[in-house]
This record gives sequence, C-alpha cells and structure tokens, in this order.
Amino acid sequence: MSPQAIVDGLVAGSMIGLGAIGVTLTYSILRFANFAHGEFIAWGAYFALALVSVLGIGMEPLGPFSFGWLLPLAAIVAAVLAGGLAILLDRLLFSSFRARGSATIIMVIASFGASMALRALLEFVFTSKPVYFTRELQIAVRFGGGLRATPDQILMLATTVVLVVAIHLLLTRTAIGRQMRAVSENPVLARVAGVDVGKVVRTVWFLGGALAAAAGVMAGLLVQIRPYMGFDLLLPLFAAAILGGIGSVPGAILGGIVVGLCEALAVQTIGAEWRAAAAFAVLTAVLVLRPQGLFGKARR
Amino acid sequence: MSAAAVPSPALAVAGLVAGYERDLPIVKGVDLVVGAGEFLAILGPNGAGKSTLAKAIAGLVSIHSGELALGTRDIAGLPAHELVRSGLAFVPQTENIFATLTIQENLQLCADVLPAARRGERIEAAYAMFPDLGARRTIAAGALSGGQRQMLATARALLVEPSVMILDEPSAGLSPKLVGEVFETLLRINEQGVTVILVEQNVRAALAVTRSALVLCDGRVVHRGPAAGLADDPRLGEMFLGRYEGQAA
Repeated sequence: MSPQAIVDGLVAGSMIGLGAIGVTLTYSILRFANFAHGEFIAWGAYFALALVSVLGIGMEPLGPFSFGWLLPLAAIVAAVLAGGLAILLDRLLFSSFRARGSATIIMVIASFGASMALRALLEFVFTSKPVYFTRELQIAVRFGGGLRATPDQILMLATTVVLVVAIHLLLTRTAIGRQMRAVSENPVLARVAGVDVGKVVRTVWFLGGALAAAAGVMAGLLVQIRPYMGFDLLLPLFAAAILGGIGSVPGAILGGIVVGLCEALAVQTIGAEWRAAAAFAVLTAVLVLRPQGLFGKARR
Repeated sequence: MSAAAVPSPALAVAGLVAGYERDLPIVKGVDLVVGAGEFLAILGPNGAGKSTLAKAIAGLVSIHSGELALGTRDIAGLPAHELVRSGLAFVPQTENIFATLTIQENLQLCADVLPAARRGERIEAAYAMFPDLGARRTIAAGALSGGQRQMLATARALLVEPSVMILDEPSAGLSPKLVGEVFETLLRINEQGVTVILVEQNVRAALAVTRSALVLCDGRVVHRGPAAGLADDPRLGEMFLGRYEGQAA
C-alpha cells in the first residue's frame, strides 16, 4: 500500500465516518436501519450548491483552498436544512409507524421508499448531470515519505476531527447527550425519568442530517455532486457503523476510516471497480467475526 | 370500595380501563382514592393487573377510559415525562436504572427536569440519603448489586420531589435482608410526606410496612382497607383466588 493510499483512505474515511454517525445514532435510538440516510448526504451537497449558485458571491478561492468564503457558510446553512429535512421525513413518514408500533422491517422498507423518492426529486430538480462546487486546481502539500494532501483534504480531516470531538462532548457532557444515551439504552425508563423522547428523536434526526450534509459537502468538494452520491455511499456507511459498534460515535468514525482505507487499498491493488466490494467485504467480516463491532457490547 | 377516612387525595382514579390493546383491557374499571401521605400496598395474584394499573397511572400504558387526577390536576393521557414534572414518580420492576450511565449521570438525567439552580442541591440530597451511591458516583450503574440498583432507582425517582411515588415490585430478586432495607427506606420516604404506592407480590412484607392495602383480582378492586391484620385475614386467600364476592372495608 503506497503512502498516498493512506491519505486518500483517511479523507474518504472521514466522509464515510461523518455519515455513519447519523446511521449509528438512528439505529441505536430508533432501532431501525435507515436506508434513506445516504440521501441526506446528497441533499446536503445540493443545498450548499444551490446556495452558492444562487448567491454567486464569495467564489474567489480563499487562501490555498479551492473554494471561496461562501462555501463554508453555505455548508452550515445546508447542514441546518438537511437536519430539517431529516426531521420532516420523520414527521411525515416514520413517526406514524412508530405511533402504530409497526415492525422494524416496515420502517426499513419505508426508508427504502423514502430514499428512492428523495433521490428522484433531486434528479428532477437538478438533473443527473454531475456538477462541482469548484473547478479550481490545487497544489498538493508534500509531507515527505511520498505523502501528499491538498489543502482541501487537510481541511476536511481537521473539520472531521472538530465535528467528532464536538459530537462526543455533546453526548457525554450535556443534558441532551445524556438523554440520547438513556433513550438508546431503555426508552421506556427514559420516559419515566422525565426525558421527552420526542425531543430526543428530533435531535437525533437533526444531528444525523446535519452531519450527513457535512459529509455531502466534503464529497462534493473532493469528487463531484450527483443525485446518486449518497446512495453510492450507503454500503460503506453501514459497514462503518456496524464495524464501529451500533451507537458508538468514535466507533463510527474509526469504522469509516477503516472502510476508507480498505477502499483505497482495493482501488490501488485490484482496481477502482472493486471499491464497493471492499466495503462489503469489511461488513461481512465484521458480521461474522465480531457482530457487535469494535466498540459495541455483545447482546445475548 | 371504601374511601372512608381518606384525607385530601394525592391521587384519584375513577372508572379506569386500561391495557395494551383496546379490545383487551387488563384494568377493568378501577376506582381508587389515595390520600396525601398514604402508604398503600397494591396486592393481588399474578395477572391481576397490578403492574398494568401502575403503568397506566404512570403514563406507560394506554388508558381506554376513566379519570385520573394528581392532586387537583387532571393527568389522564399526559405523556410519562410530563407526569414526572407534575410530581408523579414511577420506579419500574426491572431494568429500572441506566446500566451504561454512571450513577451521577443517572441522577443528573432526572435532575435535568428541575430548574438549573436546584439540580446540584437535589443530587447531593440523594447522596446524603444513600451514602453508598455517593461513594461510587463515577462508576457505571450496571456494576451495582441488586439492592444498590434499587437504591439508585429510588434515589432517581425522589430527585424531582414527587408528591406520589409508585414502585412496581421493588422486592423482586432481592434477599429478605435487602427487602427489609428497601422497605425501611420507603417508610422513611413516606414519613417525609411522600405518598407511596407499593405494587407487591411479597404480601406479608408489604403489609408489614404499609398502612393501607388494595387487592386487585382480574383487573378489578376486590378489597380496599387498612393493611393491619389483612395478612392474617382468612378472606385474603379467597381474594387472591378470585372467590371473594364482597369488598372488605
């Protein structure tokens, strides 16, 4: 494995990890695999793109980066909008299933349907033609030992670290974080402990959507923006969430990095067409060898 | 049902029908008035609907019909977390602590419903009442023994200074010595003015500590009266077997 594959894997793994945090939180608190989560990634990227395109200011590259000052602001607004979209989807679809006590499989199938609908809507509005935040070329920074990274990539890694630390602190040091962990462990007991479970559910959707949007903007900067970008990341997201252990934020990000590195290794050694197979191989290996994941607890 | 000698009610239940499915009620028209400061045991055979009644009052089981008031406030249909804020505490029978959270976090979770200025003071009051917990506040609650878990669950419920506290079989799985300690603690809590409702299978232990008792059979009240003497009342066995026709005062 060349050193450059490590950088590529870390950057891709950061994106996957940010998306996987939403998957793991939704899974642990709402107890179903949300296959529409990838769409929040795509919608987040398109929200940011729409804002940048409509405003059309602040496009000049900022320092060594390939984008102007508007994109970070647009990314924040896109995160809020994607979080709102996730809450809206829950309100329109999943909350009614929860109220009826529907089986998990119904929620999962409903999420498949929502995924297709959200993706089709993106294609309808923006077409399936790939688009870009920027077409500026960047000079990679050399770190020695054959390692190179563009300023955009370095910023993405730093942003991921900041976001993961912030989410970890939110979960461990704040009231809403305690409430999220309590609902994840025992939702009925949480209710009689005074926790407004509805508020916790809305927070989980918002956080998941917002982090997915961050991953979407990163993916848009690194590769391109297209309606299928989230769907294509779905398998790596679930592989990362399961590898890390359902409910574990550090696990999701570590799982994302492992999956990203495996993908980069596959691309380098076997060929780019095997990228998705690498995520699938990781997912299968984890399910066979350690179903509870790296940070998960075994359930009897 | 006799509600004689009951002071101003802390909890009033009228015609309560409740259950997990609408066409299959488990609680079938319960009337109950619990006076402020009362220490009441809810007894009955397995499947009588004791736990379902407690959960319906606590907002965890659907109420199909009937009235429910906490003090003067109508609480029928309120979500469970609102009931906690209203002064009704419920301690479930099993899984009544958050095992992955520390002892401190278990208490903080409940204290979060209080005004910020009171949280620290209430948590310290809980540690003062249960010193064993105070000495281990940073360990995961899952590491506690059965008795300590029950103490933590009780401390958590007390944090919000409830007017009414309902416990669902707190003696389950505990040794007789620990049961005695838990019931002694409940007696102390009751003496501080909290209305305590104890749902129990351990009839003799419950009647030894409570002041009044209610016997449920097949979702209906078959007896309501003082706890004293009930344990030796020959009619108690008939009540548990569903053969008792009348209602003792």
